[in-house]
Amino acid sequence: MTTSTFRGSTARKTARRVASHLVLMAGALFFIFPLVFLISTSLKSSRQMAKWPPELIPDPWIWRNYVDVFLYAPMHKYLLNTIRIVIPSLFGAMVTSSLAAYAFARMQAPGRDLLFLILLSTMMLPGVVTLIPTYIIFSKIGWIGTFRPLVVPTLAGSPFFIFLMRQFFMTIPMDLEDAALIDGCGRFRIWISIMMPLATPALATVSVFAFMGAWNDYMRPLIYLSNKMQYTLSLGQQVFVRDHGSEWGMLMAASTMMIAPVIVIFFFAQKSFIQGITMTGIKG
Amino acid sequence: MASRNAIQRMRNMAPAKREALSFYLFILPWLLGFLAFTLGPILASLGLSFTQYDMMLAPKWVGVEQYQRLFHDPLFYQSLWNTLYIVLLAVPTSMLSSFAIAMLLNQNVRGMAAYRTAYYMPSIVPAVASAALWMYLLQPQWGVVNGILKGLGLPAPGWLASKAWAKPAIVLVMVWASGGTMIIYLAGLQDIPESLYEAAEIDGAGRWGKLWNVTLPLMTPTIFFTLVMNIISTFQVFAVVFVLTDGMGGPVNSTLVYLIYIYRNAFVFFKMGYTSAMAWVLFVIILALTILQFKTASFWVYYEAERKAGQ
Repeated sequence: MTTSTFRGSTARKTARRVASHLVLMAGALFFIFPLVFLISTSLKSSRQMAKWPPELIPDPWIWRNYVDVFLYAPMHKYLLNTIRIVIPSLFGAMVTSSLAAYAFARMQAPGRDLLFLILLSTMMLPGVVTLIPTYIIFSKIGWIGTFRPLVVPTLAGSPFFIFLMRQFFMTIPMDLEDAALIDGCGRFRIWISIMMPLATPALATVSVFAFMGAWNDYMRPLIYLSNKMQYTLSLGQQVFVRDHGSEWGMLMAASTMMIAPVIVIFFFAQKSFIQGITMTGIKG
Repeated sequence: MASRNAIQRMRNMAPAKREALSFYLFILPWLLGFLAFTLGPILASLGLSFTQYDMMLAPKWVGVEQYQRLFHDPLFYQSLWNTLYIVLLAVPTSMLSSFAIAMLLNQNVRGMAAYRTAYYMPSIVPAVASAALWMYLLQPQWGVVNGILKGLGLPAPGWLASKAWAKPAIVLVMVWASGGTMIIYLAGLQDIPESLYEAAEIDGAGRWGKLWNVTLPLMTPTIFFTLVMNIISTFQVFAVVFVLTDGMGGPVNSTLVYLIYIYRNAFVFFKMGYTSAMAWVLFVIILALTILQFKTASFWVYYEAERKAGQ
């Protein structure tokens, strides 16, 4: 309850509430309508698409667009390629970043605080400064046109994920670990058998963001992949926009297929999304 | 694992040393990644920015010439201006709208979770897909957006086909995907203790008084954080613009943002020295703006909260 309910009549309260809902609904329309329209367009006939005012419910339902996309673009191949960069990125988040996060949260070592400060500052570093030399290195060792430039750096973990997991580990009580340490448990054992099971919510959060990052990544695949059969969904989609820019039904079908998994994951992991956003401010 | 005795002996000998060793083992992958993919490349790109390098012949030292050339390049200024325009329009717009929405959602409205989902959803849509979608919605002749504008008797701009409207079109797409900022504000608002509002009410504060004297001061750290992060990320806008304009930054370079110009110089013309100089100029601009924000933070982030509370 807002405190303003202490004062003012019920009528005024109701009026304000209705006004809030009206504004919120108008806003929500701006945010959600384009997505609804996207799906609806992907299922409409071209004759219905040309109608004004536009109709939201397809009549008749045209599934052809979804089939046609596969005739022009090897979507299944793009999907497999995307998964090839999603999986290492998940590993980097859940294993590498989590290990480093545990060390930063719990272990004493000279230079730890300085290193953590460096880690924090790299979170604000514009990625563009490292772009050119990294490309040159990968090119010199013959990695251009392979998945390695997209895979190897993510295996090293990400400062965002380390920071997020560290914040989570800090909230876990020390007692459990102390007991294990006295029993002679090594740090690695403690991490894997005590901390990791307790960190499930944080792990869910970082994996959701790692997935999103790899799934949506555009610039790095654009730079490093050269062969069309290596394209990820993002890259394939852009080529599709270029080549079939006026075949809107097909284009919207391709977009829907690209968005659908993200939306499904969002509904399953809504809490993790919100947690991750509020803890670090990463945008998906 | 070694026997318990051995571990005990190690702990007796040098527990701190042992712990330090495992600390560095645990962070090793990140540390290596940091050296190889962050620190090394930063230094290398600074060095490269003083050379001429096309990736075929060895880098040729030219000193500050790359920077001089850059400062005489009209497209450099054009791309910087386009980016600045988008930053100046997109950052305040998305922050203000996010704040307003978060304020409305924070009133315990029924269906809050559904609203939150609706507002947040666009921000998880892949940039490439949202670009394709908005290309369709913003078609000048028959697009839905112009259809609605015409229906309301408003002028229907050419959006991505028009020199004047292409940048606002991009900002529109960016604001549409700004739900993350709203979520951060909502979390910040929910952290404000109810007792402060009650105290303000006893002091006779109305709605605006509470907003001005309680909500805003307590939200300044959150606002500050989103301001810093939004500026950094908006200066580096790339994928949306690249897809919306087919990598060209058109019409007539009106959406040639800094990163597209960097992309073109690096991966179309292979002017690696020149591009490194461009990257460093952007780095310095972003760094200066970030430092400026941190320096001025004491004037409005914490100090304001204290001053208002002291009144």
